[in-house]
Amino acid sequence: MPLSSSDISRIAALARLELGAIESERMLTQLNGFFDIVEKMRAVNTTGVEPLAHPVASIRDIALRLREDVVSEPDDRAANQRSAPATGNGLFLVPRVIE
Amino acid sequence: MTKATDRALSITELHDLELVALAACLRERKVSAIETARHFLARAHQHEALGVYLDRNETVTLAQASAADQRLARGSAGTLEGVPIAHKDIFATKDFVTTAGSQMLHGYRSPFDATVVARLAAQGAVTLGKLNCDEFAMGSANENSAVAPLGHTRPVPVPNPWNMAHIPGGSSGASAVAVAARLAPGTTGTDTGGSIRQPASFCGVTGIKPTYGRASRYGMVAFASSLDQAGPMARTAGDCALLLSAMCGPDPDRDSTSLDMEPEDFSRLLEQPLAGLRIGVPREFFGAGVSTDVARAVDAALAQFEQLGARRVPVSLPRTELAIPVYYIIAPAEASSNLSRFDGVRFGHRAAQFSGLADMYRKTRAEGFGDEVKRRIMIGTYVLSHGYYDAYYLQAQKIRRMLADDFQQAFRQCDVIAGPVAPTVAWKIGEKSADPVANYLADIFTLPASLAGLPGMSVPVGFGEGGLPVGLQLIGNYFQEAQLLQTAHQFQLATDYHRLKPQGF
Repeated sequence: MPLSSSDISRIAALARLELGAIESERMLTQLNGFFDIVEKMRAVNTTGVEPLAHPVASIRDIALRLREDVVSEPDDRAANQRSAPATGNGLFLVPRVIE
Repeated sequence: MTKATDRALSITELHDLELVALAACLRERKVSAIETARHFLARAHQHEALGVYLDRNETVTLAQASAADQRLARGSAGTLEGVPIAHKDIFATKDFVTTAGSQMLHGYRSPFDATVVARLAAQGAVTLGKLNCDEFAMGSANENSAVAPLGHTRPVPVPNPWNMAHIPGGSSGASAVAVAARLAPGTTGTDTGGSIRQPASFCGVTGIKPTYGRASRYGMVAFASSLDQAGPMARTAGDCALLLSAMCGPDPDRDSTSLDMEPEDFSRLLEQPLAGLRIGVPREFFGAGVSTDVARAVDAALAQFEQLGARRVPVSLPRTELAIPVYYIIAPAEASSNLSRFDGVRFGHRAAQFSGLADMYRKTRAEGFGDEVKRRIMIGTYVLSHGYYDAYYLQAQKIRRMLADDFQQAFRQCDVIAGPVAPTVAWKIGEKSADPVANYLADIFTLPASLAGLPGMSVPVGFGEGGLPVGLQLIGNYFQEAQLLQTAHQFQLATDYHRLKPQGF
């Protein structure tokens, strides 16, 4: 089922992406072109197949590693904020959220 | 060929030395790390037109080289002491700007080094700078970079040194070009769906992506976390083995998917002959769509392997074609999630004008991301959204397991799998840039091993149309990197494709 322009607006809203009118139109054509090649995947019978997340889990048990919830990194605030768009008093500044 | 280490070195030929030979010269103090670094920095200047470098810092490079010389003098040298390398700009580096080829990270200074960068430095490698790539590693032609390289005022397509009207491949395009044009004896790349193997093939260099989980992803700007793997590119399999041995090892505190496998000497099998090796040849890799020049070069390489005592075994990877939709669902899904961190708050670009927080996100992301990145975010957001997750993402993850199982079936009959890296040689600059799906389809032969997390490499095996290189893809079973590199090395002992140099370099 091809996507419509309202689908594009909805997806862009979910993705927090502003798309202009021309860009939306092109995105619609390109995404529909893309989903054409995806159709044959949907027809494959996958009943009883477990999804594979860590590829090596196809041959052995892989448990994603957990570590103790303790501070392990030194305080490096100045370096961490060096590339921030706006900071003040060691905090990241954003536009006012609550009026 | 005279071995370079047998005689005194003249400075002008340093860039013609293969990485292993250069490392030996440095160890034997035939040349200093500082002379070597100066030589390669001068070459970088001389070939700035190629647009391979996004950042360099001569002070940092020379300081690293000088420290390497001190360790060489003290006799405490690492395996790569004084060897100059350059990193794909996907790896975070403290001392160089890290952009991932995106305006979103214009001028970004990382507070830390990626584990792979730190591991190479720990063996004495000297960093020349950061290499151009497709934005967030999304692309197959290096045409999606949004950052102006050094010596340029705007983004430029990086040319293929073998034929400057053609693309070098991607996403690690400049990593391959730097090796082919002798700007660095070795480079790092990352491979999510073929981004090391395909540019290596297109530029006539050797490259390997290890088993998923071998190299830490810490400090690699994340694209698709269940697929991303770092790997080296260099002229020979022996060079790649030396680099890969330094790059791999567990990173328990920083990458939850890194495997608990101790570092290995991937060079250990290089000199063993191939007698009795069973090379699986998947029939699906030789069907319609493979151009005759590529098929001819790959066939000749397989015949050469038979000369070396290996045996061809027909195998089947019946779901090869499905790898395209499966990959192009999973990778964008993970990308849309990973790239949600670029919101203009903690780092990177922020729109200058907006009304409120939500509008700041939308405008920041609209301005900071290029077209291909936006497409993938849109695809990923859609396939993960309510009502579509099962039909697309989960279905893709299930077929991913079937693809991985197909490989295990094939590996019951063979030791390594061989076939083309790509259906054609490198295409012309601009030829596919308006048609994203055409780019995706060209990834067909590299995607299966990526989805299965298997190690894979590209070895130069000849030339096709336009004088452009053809690479043979070798895929090994999990953790069989040493055997893959042995297979490639034995081939390179018998052939000289990896020694040829494009004109003008």
